[in-house]
Amino acid sequence: MAEYNVLTPLTEEIIDKLQAGDTVYLNGVILTGRDAAHKKLFELIKEGKELPIDIKGQIIYYVGPSPARPGQVIGSAGPTTSGRMDAYTPALLDMGLKGMIGKGLRSKDVLDSIVKNKAVYFAATGGAAALISKRITQCEVIAYPELGPEAIYRLEVENFPVIVVNDAHGGDLYKQGREQYQIR
Amino acid sequence: MKTIKYDEIVNVVAGLCQEANYYLEEDVLNAFKENLKNEKSPLGISILNQLIENAEIARKERMPMCQDTGFAVFFVEIGQDVKIDGGLLDDAINEGVRKGYTEGYLRKSIVGHPLERKNTGDNTPAIIYTSIVKGDDLKITIAPKGGGSENMSGVKMLKPAQGVEGVKEFVIETVDKAGSNPCPPIVVGVGIGGTMEKAALLAKQALLRPLDQRHSDPSIAALETELLEKINKLGIGPQGLGGTTTALAVNIEIFPAHIASLPVAVNINCHAARHKTIVL
Ligand code: SF4
Repeated sequence: MAEYNVLTPLTEEIIDKLQAGDTVYLNGVILTGRDAAHKKLFELIKEGKELPIDIKGQIIYYVGPSPARPGQVIGSAGPTTSGRMDAYTPALLDMGLKGMIGKGLRSKDVLDSIVKNKAVYFAATGGAAALISKRITQCEVIAYPELGPEAIYRLEVENFPVIVVNDAHGGDLYKQGREQYQIR
Repeated sequence: MKTIKYDEIVNVVAGLCQEANYYLEEDVLNAFKENLKNEKSPLGISILNQLIENAEIARKERMPMCQDTGFAVFFVEIGQDVKIDGGLLDDAINEGVRKGYTEGYLRKSIVGHPLERKNTGDNTPAIIYTSIVKGDDLKITIAPKGGGSENMSGVKMLKPAQGVEGVKEFVIETVDKAGSNPCPPIVVGVGIGGTMEKAALLAKQALLRPLDQRHSDPSIAALETELLEKINKLGIGPQGLGGTTTALAVNIEIFPAHIASLPVAVNINCHAARHKTIVL
């Protein structure tokens, strides 16, 4: 259960080091995307077309923020349930995506694809959305502006707190954590 | 006879939408602090601390504690001696939601058609449950409900012979399967009895009761306590990362049942257990 400050994009060396249960403070650029954006990216991949963004080495944060008040960089911005992205995720990992931030369980296909592609799935604290918004220092739409809060944004983050749930070696904190604290 | 103006309801509802989303109720905050004392997992402790800090930031900056500001669900008790002047109650509530969510920088999370899925842009329509009561008060409660926890809820029509053991099994199974998805620590609302939809409604109403208040029937109160203990032994913990604080409370409501049925519903709420009430 180590603690790391990590600069994005994720390098192979860092991914190799991260283990389920580690706390990571991310610094640098991450992208956002929810169901609608994932569907669009997935369809482009299926048709063999070029994506509007380069996802190689990137981290996608599953978030649909609340509107920003004047003067705020972003509104409340906690993670959404990752499982809704499961159908699209393996294709993105095959294209070089290296990290995902969300909350909740992933499918077996996604877990296998994480190991195969040497990637990592992080959890951010669901519902800690006001706190998380304070760690986002810049926010701009880079694709699909018509989707509103579901557009793809480029975020700059500082000490953005996440926890490794699924590491590149098959570690799974949702399983291990439960086993450790379960009382039979 | 008391007359309440349409516009007054609009403004009050707009305010309720915002307050419910900015200010976490004391009973929930206290439950975080109580559980901090007992939580065994270091990650669990750090999550609970984040949630306390999050509630403080939301309160101070008047920003929603969670970006999913929910489906606006209302429970309205209208005294039979109340007259609403200037329009329909449902219209006033919907106009209040429109105003509250837009002016309060709350997220609009409602699609107008469940299959076509185009956002209505103003978080309407609200879901409104109205009951007529004695007197001349209008009591409005809002309980904004996030999708993540709602999606992990369920109803089951048990056989009467399955009895209380069947109820326990279904509640535990529902929480167990939900795992990390509904943002634990959760609040578990349980409805037992009635018909299928009545049990579901009871489960939702159960979520309105303060977390530290047990059911008035001692046997149901004991069932609440027993289920909470069992749930907290599952090991799911804060955010599902492992730990002893999986649920903050189990609240049960009951209703008479048909001789042939034993409906049970579980409505899971996340730690953003929001509700606000006002009496006009
Ligand atoms: S389940 Fe609750 S805390 Fe989690 S994202 Fe949804 S509304 Fe927010």
